[in-house]
Amino acid sequence: MDTESQYSGYSYKSSHSRSSRKPRDRRDRHRSKSRDGSRGDKSVTIQAPGEPLLDNESTRGDDRDDNWGETTTVVTGTSEHSVSHEDLTRITKDVEESAAPDCRRFLGPALSGALGLFAFLTPLAFLLLPQLLWRDQLDPCGTPCEGLYVSLAFKLLVLLIASWALFLRPPRATLPRIFVFRSLLMVLVFLFVASYWLFYGVRVLEPRERDYRGIVEYAASLVDALLFIQYLAIVLLEIRQIQPAFCLKVVRTTDGASKFYNIGHLSIQRAAVWILEHYYSDFPVYNPALLNLPKSILSKKMSGFKVYSLGEENSTNNSTGQSRAMIAAAARRRDNSHNEYYYEEAEMERRVRKRKARLVVAVEEAFTHIKRLQDEDQKNPREIMDPREAAQAIFASMARAMQKYLRTTRQQPYHSMESILQHLQFCITHDMTPKAFLERYLTPGPTVQYHRENTAGRQWTLVSEEPVTSALREGAVFALRRMDFSLVVTVRRIPFLQVREEFIDPKSHKFVMRLQSETSV
Amino acid sequence: MSYIPGQPVTAVVQRIEIHKLRHGDNLILGFSIGGGIDQDPGQNPYSEDKTDKGIYVTRVSEGGPAEVAGLMIGDKIMQVNGWDMTMVTHDQARKRLTKKNEDIVRLLVTRKSLENAVRHSMLQ
Repeated sequence: MDTESQYSGYSYKSSHSRSSRKPRDRRDRHRSKSRDGSRGDKSVTIQAPGEPLLDNESTRGDDRDDNWGETTTVVTGTSEHSVSHEDLTRITKDVEESAAPDCRRFLGPALSGALGLFAFLTPLAFLLLPQLLWRDQLDPCGTPCEGLYVSLAFKLLVLLIASWALFLRPPRATLPRIFVFRSLLMVLVFLFVASYWLFYGVRVLEPRERDYRGIVEYAASLVDALLFIQYLAIVLLEIRQIQPAFCLKVVRTTDGASKFYNIGHLSIQRAAVWILEHYYSDFPVYNPALLNLPKSILSKKMSGFKVYSLGEENSTNNSTGQSRAMIAAAARRRDNSHNEYYYEEAEMERRVRKRKARLVVAVEEAFTHIKRLQDEDQKNPREIMDPREAAQAIFASMARAMQKYLRTTRQQPYHSMESILQHLQFCITHDMTPKAFLERYLTPGPTVQYHRENTAGRQWTLVSEEPVTSALREGAVFALRRMDFSLVVTVRRIPFLQVREEFIDPKSHKFVMRLQSETSV
Repeated sequence: MSYIPGQPVTAVVQRIEIHKLRHGDNLILGFSIGGGIDQDPGQNPYSEDKTDKGIYVTRVSEGGPAEVAGLMIGDKIMQVNGWDMTMVTHDQARKRLTKKNEDIVRLLVTRKSLENAVRHSMLQ
């Protein structure tokens, strides 16, 4: 399977939204274009596992014999036309995530921060420069100026706090393309500030303007403009997507786990990040060991099929015809593999339940061996244990049952002995019951529960036929691919609702008995 | 036995004459009725059309006057002594049947087998 995970260095939703210089945008676009060739803008790069059936045509056309009645050709079931079921039971390797956090992740926020700081300090610069440069020539400006100073100070404070609250957050993801709204806002801020500086430089610094009050008002108008841009930023980045407009169906390709989400107006890449955030907490963890039918059932199907071609006219189209005939015959043949599947499932179910029962009993019993130390109890210090020791003390009695259960449910790669001990310690500390302790092992939890601590992040590839910065629309389909599985997302619009009202008079609720009497006469 | 509102109801009926039996102070006929326009027609087990609110015979007591006269369970009573029984309440029906001054009641009843019999004979 073609697994190209592209890790891109484009920052997504980061701290300061009001920054980026034009050169950076150009650089982003150039870089994104250079990556295009491998992925293809308009092509779907979702590939299914396993070899395609009809790929390898047999090249027998040239050696066809003219006395076709006397020769027979045999294509056995193990030729290149067959589908190898080994492909379906591929073992997935655990890929090493890149160890170090990529510094490119913070490039965008850093630039945004720089632009934000620059924009923030500009009004102060506007106020201070005349004072520093030609203080004696300025007209004295009394009370109105001081009033403006106060309002300016408070507006700047509000700007600062709002920026801190909204934009100073660590970025959640890096997107393949530039984040359109955010770069738009950065460009806007830059233009604003640049034009204000231009005007200031030409009309105030050059002629050494003496009307200080006008300068202060000018600085105040810049702060107002910045506040409005921040309002625009809030609306575009945070608020617009809150109202739900689309319903997304997310299906995991390997085991069919699916969920429906309501989402607002977003671009495809932002929607992808939103979905992935919910994926980590909603979907049960992907366990490759649980996916496949046992070999004993599948292998019965491939008991060699011999197809005899008793000489057709043109043998070049034969291969497709033969494969189709083989498949059709296999489908029509009365096979009892469903029977075996059913019994195997039932047996598996029974086994799991038995192990689960043993585990529950073992854990319950283990938990009865310890109890919290009450102050009234007189115990000598040797018998007092901290949670870790208590956990180790009772772990031994349940270890075997636990291990057997995990092995039956194929969960043992996810839980090492150390992790079980730690969890036990945690549960003991918080006075949890055995059932609460077992909750983690009895049901496969969401992926985030098993998230190993690494700061480099998870790599996902967004596969889409449309440009990923375009907005979601009805009927769009895109996929989020990882090494061994992918999530296919279908977009549907939430239907328009016509809500009508109907008034019911409370006095109109009246009832009669349903009669069916029988009278004898 | 379905009817179209406003159109006359036609049915093949059988005339049954029941002589009331004096039992102590009461005159009894020996059957039970169900149905009526104030009752729930959906629970009638004997009607073909579950919106039919007519009066049906739900029980015929053994050896009673009704059984002797030939009344059968599931019959729909169309007339009693000339009084219509297709559009009456349950209580009105009871009253028409249990008039103290009448000793004989002449019923017109209909059932499905009657229609079938007539149809058979018409075909032959």
